[in-house]
Amino acid sequence: MLNYLISGISLGSVYAIIALGYTMVYGIAKMLNFAHGDVIMVGGYAAFCAGTYFGWPAPVAVVFSMCICTILGILIEKLAYKPLRNATSLAVLITAIGVSYFLQNMALIIWTSNPKAFPNMANFIPSIIVGDITISSTTIITIIASVIIMIALTLFTSKTKMGKAMRAVSEDKGAAQLMGINVNATISTTFAIGSGLAAIAGVLLCSAYPNLVPTTGSMPGIKAFTAAVLGGIGSIPGAMLGGILLGVLEKFAQAYISTQLSDAIVFAALIIVLIVKPSGLLGKKIQEKV
Amino acid sequence: MSNNPNETKYVEVPGPGKIPERDKDKRPVLEASHLGIDFGGLTAVDEFNIAIGATEIGGLIGPNGAGKTTVFNLLTKVYQPTRGVIMLDGKDTHGMNTTQANQAGIARTFQNIRLFDKLTVEENVKIGLHNSIGYHLPSAVLRLPGYWKEEKKAHDKALELLDIFDMADLADVKASSLPYGAQRRLEIVRALATNPKVLLLDEPAAGMNPSETEELMNNIRKIRDTFNIAVLLIEHDMKLVMGICENIIVLNFGKIIAKGTPIEIQNNPKVIEAYLGSQGEE
Repeated sequence: MLNYLISGISLGSVYAIIALGYTMVYGIAKMLNFAHGDVIMVGGYAAFCAGTYFGWPAPVAVVFSMCICTILGILIEKLAYKPLRNATSLAVLITAIGVSYFLQNMALIIWTSNPKAFPNMANFIPSIIVGDITISSTTIITIIASVIIMIALTLFTSKTKMGKAMRAVSEDKGAAQLMGINVNATISTTFAIGSGLAAIAGVLLCSAYPNLVPTTGSMPGIKAFTAAVLGGIGSIPGAMLGGILLGVLEKFAQAYISTQLSDAIVFAALIIVLIVKPSGLLGKKIQEKV
Repeated sequence: MSNNPNETKYVEVPGPGKIPERDKDKRPVLEASHLGIDFGGLTAVDEFNIAIGATEIGGLIGPNGAGKTTVFNLLTKVYQPTRGVIMLDGKDTHGMNTTQANQAGIARTFQNIRLFDKLTVEENVKIGLHNSIGYHLPSAVLRLPGYWKEEKKAHDKALELLDIFDMADLADVKASSLPYGAQRRLEIVRALATNPKVLLLDEPAAGMNPSETEELMNNIRKIRDTFNIAVLLIEHDMKLVMGICENIIVLNFGKIIAKGTPIEIQNNPKVIEAYLGSQGEE
């Protein structure tokens, strides 16, 4: 029981880090970046190459992977989304799905569909054994990393001028622009941060499930999107809460109900939450002006 | 500077109109010539010519739908003009976007208040200060001394600006929970924080009671005198307009029908007609 809870929290922490990327981009650019999951996959491959082919130590590989994903995120935004800044949200959504398939197919060409065995990069501290429960070092690192990321992001958005600019842009792009805020630069920064986080999520995910294929990112991406919606999209603590709840729910469903049905159960939970509280658990109600 | 606009002396400037005599050695801070915009086949504003002196308080009045806010949107580059030129502090604003226009020295408030509701009063002002806070991402992430120094400077500056309207004690309140009048004042402070040379106020006195309006008039003068900037305001409250505006521009159906001092405007038959309708029509 406790074992499932811990592995659920661990998985949920990875979802939470991914969900933070979704939620930030949605909050500021008001778009769903469905390619986010595939940035995770690229992050995984980048770290894999750095670690296995170049033989770099794990911390360097992680930083390398973050740099690659940050650049990728900025490029995706500049090339695919920026030209559509004033287009309908449906056009942007379709583009995001297109970018997602593009990344998957590029990965297929570069790294083929053969699974790569990802070296564990999150086991540099000892595991903890309490009675008959073992908490693996990967689990501990994952949970610590997600907590640090959430605190850092919260501080960033509340205490720095870039963070405040992001919140201003998320509320009223036009007014922010008239106050001298460079909206394009702010959106780029958001994508950079979200993609950098995706790299960390990629490394943590692949360390726990070391089977790297070009579609590695898509399911966790969708789950994390679900988590962001569950917690209230646009809210940083909401993404964290949604991610962990979803991870725990998934692990319990696998353990006590059925491994095959666990995904269905997770999405059913989302539907129920959205029926009861459409804005998500921590989401703010949007009042329509009449 | 005189508090009674009717005592202001004027000089003619080359181009459109006249400016207060005290500003004659400085180039008008805002000049629009032959400015116009069409929406589809509809001409919303046409042949808009003004010059605003460096420390002038100007008023833009006219019946509802005359195009006053459209003029503000043109001046702040929310709309790109179909015709004409806008010179801001000697610079042609052609091709600028709203951010660039703001950085070039124009700031505004909104008719329907557009504060950042989820941010506190101080944070709203700091958004205005954004471009004058001088640190970059790395020093913010690593919390280097530069970050603390600049954040402290921004904090002090924000409180100093809020103090103009005696709002410093409200710094930590959420903008959405301020009373209406205070929200209007905060919008002015936020616009001032961007360090403009011209401040555009869109109906600053809307929803204010007479004593609040009186206070606002004093504050607009105080802003002009403290920061040495020009103010152009749209307002329906004639007591305010006649009380502080040195030059009044009257707009009707997108065209300027009269320009002049408060006394000239009050006695201008065209203005009276625009507001009351010509006799015999009724």
